Amino acid sequence: MVSGGLGRRGRVVFAASMMLLTVAMVFGCKENQTTTTTQGSSSPPAPGGGGAAGGPAIIIGEYGSLTGTQADFGVQTDQGIQLAASEINATGGIEREGKKMPVQIAVDDDKSLAQLAETSVKRLIDEKHVIAVLGEVASSASLAGGKVCQDKGIPMISPSSTNVDVTKGRDMVFRVCFLDSYQAAVVARFAIDGLKAKRVAVFTNKSQAYSTGFSSEFKKAFAKYGGQIVADQSYSQDDQDFRGALTAIKAANPDAILVPGYYNDAGSIVKQARDLGIKVPLLGGDGWSSSKLLTIAGPAANGCYFSDHMSIKDPKPLVQDFVANYKKKFNADPTSMSALGYDAARIMFDAIKRSKSLGGKDIRDAIAQTKDFSGVTGNITINANHDADKSAVIIAVKNGAFEYAATIPDPNKPMSAK
Amino acid sequence: MRKDGREAGLTEAVQNLLQQFINGIQTGAVYALIAIGYTMVYGVLKFINFAHGDVYMVGAYIGYFAIGGFLLHYNPALQDVAALIICMAGCAALGAFIERLAYRPLRNGLTKGDAWPWALFWALYAGLFGGPSLEAHSGLNSVGAFAVAAVIGFALLLPAFFVLFNYLGKRLQPTNSRLNALITAIGISLLIENQWQASFTATPQQYPDQGFKAVNLHAGVIQLNVNGGRIAMLVIAVLLTALLVYIVRYTRTGRAIRAVSLDPEAAALQGIPTDRIIAITFLIGASLAGAAGFLNHNLGQIYFKPDVGVQLGLKAFVAAVLGGIGSIEGAVLGALLMGLAESYVGGSSLSAFKNAIAFVILTAVLLFRPSGLMGRHVPEKV
Repeated sequence: MVSGGLGRRGRVVFAASMMLLTVAMVFGCKENQTTTTTQGSSSPPAPGGGGAAGGPAIIIGEYGSLTGTQADFGVQTDQGIQLAASEINATGGIEREGKKMPVQIAVDDDKSLAQLAETSVKRLIDEKHVIAVLGEVASSASLAGGKVCQDKGIPMISPSSTNVDVTKGRDMVFRVCFLDSYQAAVVARFAIDGLKAKRVAVFTNKSQAYSTGFSSEFKKAFAKYGGQIVADQSYSQDDQDFRGALTAIKAANPDAILVPGYYNDAGSIVKQARDLGIKVPLLGGDGWSSSKLLTIAGPAANGCYFSDHMSIKDPKPLVQDFVANYKKKFNADPTSMSALGYDAARIMFDAIKRSKSLGGKDIRDAIAQTKDFSGVTGNITINANHDADKSAVIIAVKNGAFEYAATIPDPNKPMSAK
Repeated sequence: MRKDGREAGLTEAVQNLLQQFINGIQTGAVYALIAIGYTMVYGVLKFINFAHGDVYMVGAYIGYFAIGGFLLHYNPALQDVAALIICMAGCAALGAFIERLAYRPLRNGLTKGDAWPWALFWALYAGLFGGPSLEAHSGLNSVGAFAVAAVIGFALLLPAFFVLFNYLGKRLQPTNSRLNALITAIGISLLIENQWQASFTATPQQYPDQGFKAVNLHAGVIQLNVNGGRIAMLVIAVLLTALLVYIVRYTRTGRAIRAVSLDPEAAALQGIPTDRIIAITFLIGASLAGAAGFLNHNLGQIYFKPDVGVQLGLKAFVAAVLGGIGSIEGAVLGALLMGLAESYVGGSSLSAFKNAIAFVILTAVLLFRPSGLMGRHVPEKV
């Protein structure tokens, strides 16, 4: 045959076989990006069919990190939301104008990647026609998703994004948790008064908005309270070997080390720090709040502290009921992320109930009017900045478990002796 | 400043330097094992196998599944040795299979002998897609359903590909284009990463704690901290490299590899089965990458996920280029230097550039000494 060529018949056969293979792949591929089911051991989403006096279903979108580096947080938040949805659907749904409208949660996994958060939210709004959005945990993702919600006029409640910029200048975006400016100050106050640590090293994840925001707020507050930053190192998102920076931190001889990252990095950093002979406590924020941290770090985590939204050992009946129901449904203990997901969902349902209509702006106004909402994570009032005013607790790691250590309502005042 | 108020002195500085040196050597050892694979494949084929980093990732996972699975109840030392061997064997098979499936048909043209690797590869997907429906309609569990679907797929595809490739092969000429091979390597790399992520999720995994303790070394006033697991990792890496050097220098297979890397046509004329030697090269390189994956994550206790091979593969590639790609000694030297550079940069005030230093080094090497530190610039005789 002609050198270097197939010949006309050969080309046709080749093209046909390639097309056949492609077609087989396309039809064999049943996976769809957007799932409307949940992950893990949770039950399927609330039934869409109407109840006795049923109205049409209300579809609320949720974007979260169901897989990837923050998977624990995403799954826990999702389970909190699903629990809230199943509870309200057990009563028939959200009551509006005499009708009960059942709730459906459309879930989209952004794989712990802020880049995918934007497409997740777009899919929820454009394809699933959600009237409101819940999400995300990671501040980087909330910043990306919040922009889409703001542009498209769909209200969004973030359960646990603490970076200050998430709600700044975005009147469609709300949060039901405290800010990093408050949280970092709480950790700074605990370091100075609780641990008597005047010299602290900071080790930031420069690829995460949460971490960089927390770090800079901590530095401001710590300096204000009379402390000194003796070392300032950083790492990037997929780094796994922190020994170089930790060795430099050790050489600066700090009294404590702040690691405001998520539980995966924090766990590895704590472990590697202890391996290098660093004996001082390591501190963190609510990004540490996962049992995975204990799995990764093991006994190295003992003697470390972090700030969190709540402690599940809180004896309040509302909290204990939530813990019991969550355990029954998901066969696992809830975490502060689950609790925040639960509260965010319930505030959303409450706002939709009070809202003048199901339009974005009306729901937004109803959310903004949330006052003294009795949440599992505390009393929630949405302030003028669309943030929630709440207290943080300090959790200590003792004997391989999380224990309540202190509550600091106002970090600007010295801690009272216990 | 020290706690007692004295300024940080010479002791601290030397201690810091030595500690970073130890860290750097340990990191470099892992890079060395991966870099050797890159450099050997380049030596025999003049081709960069971009899928090599993903073989490392697969090694980490194989060990994790083995230890968490059928090795669970063995004593830890035996667990580690057995898992290491399984990782090396598994990755060796994977590396050789990739070569057979994707790279050889590009080199030699598509022939009917390529039917079985392609049928095997597509049988995997037959198992993945057909398995669930088979599982639903029969009493098989997911593993059994996958296996049966895969076997059926293989049985159907083998004759189909045999006929198809026989027809196409007579009409296609081998391209031997470097660009096509490169693109194929990148494609295989993406395929492995994404399929792995789809099958096993992107959630980071961690080997169970091996119980290695941090060891405190004193040398006068200097105090250094090393971790027993990382030292074991370094020792094993050195042993494997020594084994490799022995194979390449003192065995017939090694001599054949060196011959093929020097001049493939002359080697073929001497009766060396070049295709088989190339397959063996991939086998050896991939087994070392698999060992690196297991050692770094098990003994080094670092978490991993499906894209962990990307960054490490890239850095090991830079290390191979730095040392002189094609030279095994160069790969080891380059890897150690890279590990040290990363360690010192990571511990300095420029720690944000820890990952960028690899690419700074790559740029510098390509600008000032493209053949690398130990590479020979062999002029082409026309």
